[in-house]
Amino acid sequence: MVDLLLTRYNYIAAFLLIAGGLYMVIGDRNFVKKVIGMNLFQTGIFLFFITAAFVEVDGMTGAPPVITDGVDLYVSPLPHVLILTAIVVGVSLTAVALTLIIRIYREYGTLREDVLREMDTDD
Amino acid sequence: MTDAIVLAIVVPIVAAVLTLLLGLRFDNVGWPMAVLATATQVGLTAVIGAAVLENGRVTYELAGFAPPAGIELVADTLSAPVALLVAVVSLAVLAYARTSGPHGNMFYIVYLLLVGGLAGVTLTGDLFNMYVFLEITGLAAYALVATGDTAKSAIAGLKYLVVGTIGASLFLLGVGYAFLATGTLNMADLAQRLGDVAAYDSRLVLASFALIVAGLAVKVALFPVHSWQPDAYQSSPDSVSIFISALVSTVAAYALGRILFSVFTPAFFDAVPMARTVLVHAAAVSILAGSTLAVLQQDVKRMLAYSSVAQFGMVVAAFAMMNELAAVGGVIHLVGHAIMKGGLFAAAGVIAAFTGARRIDDYAGLAGRAPVVAASFAVLAFAMVGVPPAVGFVGKWYIAFGAIESGTWVVAAVILASTLLTLAYFARIVERMYFRPAERTAAGDSAVGAATDGGEPPVSPGMVAVVVGAAVAAVVLGFFGSGIEAFLDPFLTEVFA
Repeated sequence: MVDLLLTRYNYIAAFLLIAGGLYMVIGDRNFVKKVIGMNLFQTGIFLFFITAAFVEVDGMTGAPPVITDGVDLYVSPLPHVLILTAIVVGVSLTAVALTLIIRIYREYGTLREDVLREMDTDD
Repeated sequence: MTDAIVLAIVVPIVAAVLTLLLGLRFDNVGWPMAVLATATQVGLTAVIGAAVLENGRVTYELAGFAPPAGIELVADTLSAPVALLVAVVSLAVLAYARTSGPHGNMFYIVYLLLVGGLAGVTLTGDLFNMYVFLEITGLAAYALVATGDTAKSAIAGLKYLVVGTIGASLFLLGVGYAFLATGTLNMADLAQRLGDVAAYDSRLVLASFALIVAGLAVKVALFPVHSWQPDAYQSSPDSVSIFISALVSTVAAYALGRILFSVFTPAFFDAVPMARTVLVHAAAVSILAGSTLAVLQQDVKRMLAYSSVAQFGMVVAAFAMMNELAAVGGVIHLVGHAIMKGGLFAAAGVIAAFTGARRIDDYAGLAGRAPVVAASFAVLAFAMVGVPPAVGFVGKWYIAFGAIESGTWVVAAVILASTLLTLAYFARIVERMYFRPAERTAAGDSAVGAATDGGEPPVSPGMVAVVVGAAVAAVVLGFFGSGIEAFLDPFLTEVFA
């Protein structure tokens, strides 16, 4: 168990971020905090991909995937490229989410989900 | 010839950018550009369909990098009909949106992006590429839902965004697991390596399957994770709810079918019977819950939304049963549902624009005031229930026989129960339209309210044409059930050989 914690700490960190982010999305009443939780959730998945690219052979760790002289072992470049795309997607999602949040705030003057629900039942 | 595949994705996206640029100079360039692009799209997908009919499978290597390292676009007999459906429905909804709105270039820019994203999900042969296109589809759909004129639509859009992003991220995590297990992202390559390099019952593969299915279930709106969908359909403008209800969940369900058939393949389900059992039962619960919730609704658009939860449960159950008959039924029901549900939302939109009626009680005596639209609504409703010869009947027929063939009696029973429930919620409306006099208070008030608001747009011939066209297509397509089966045959023999 201790061995697992010591050698796989990067995976554990990624999944703590994923779980924490998911909890914020579900548990938090404030829309901005929900979006922040969504970002944490995605960042956890990005970390998972990046850490999966890591290569270690006979105690030698992979170099960053940029070809240089005298280096034979590189980490897998594919996850890095993929995550670059996924980060762009994540940023656009956050932008759209914040735009919608601004519209909701202008209209209702609040960002709390429970307050909004009460206003909804009034009319 | 194969260039048509990449053009089908590029044309709408480039048209969106062009519209943005031209929009700086001209005010009303959005609609003509969208018509031009989607008409081209119809032509391109028809060319793809013809090529697929001839060769069975057409592929395109993006930027000349050969798969599995490069990204590959694939059209086969499963994706070609869905791509054609996307193009035709996009063009038809434009005829509706011309007068119904929302107006302005920005709407059509996002609309074109959504068409491009949907075409991308349909035609891609690479799992990560599929994630990116799902997110493009999602982003455009969230923005379109929020174009409604009330602030409620912004809340519905945000809810859709948060839930949809969680779904897509789970999908991405599942793709990550599949990549860890096999080292490839190309679907054809994955299908070979799963089972070979990574055993089907290894934890990595099981986790990948679970996460991908869970992620797509959110996008398809299966029962426990459907909660974003009724709000999104109800509070978006009518033309948007037609488009989204007809295509967005449909393409997500197509993606799920593509992954079940072409990536995990029936061999996975033979090795892991649990996966099949869980998926079939989750879908069965979705069918019953969606139908029951639909019966309880008073708002027509909301009722139609819950009905979608049930119908997509049926499609997923058909895919999960993994036999040829059920697969044919699933594809027919997928395409048929898009036409029927899009048509029903269009009819609800026309009726609301004409009389202001949004609730089921307001539909009383409608047949006298709007005979053509009421008749089309009734035809589409009965097609959805599954009255022969409509397409809704053909799909259910194949799915039910597939269920009996594979001994999945629970699905056969659930289909019967859900048909009765579907009849229950549609019969209420048809009965009110045809056999009750218009109640002055309810319908009259909301009509006056609509007039004073000035918010309800006028009804154009194009809008009525979309409704009638959908009703005719829903019936005519029912006669081509065996034709669709023959067209799908190359795909089926490849999967079930």
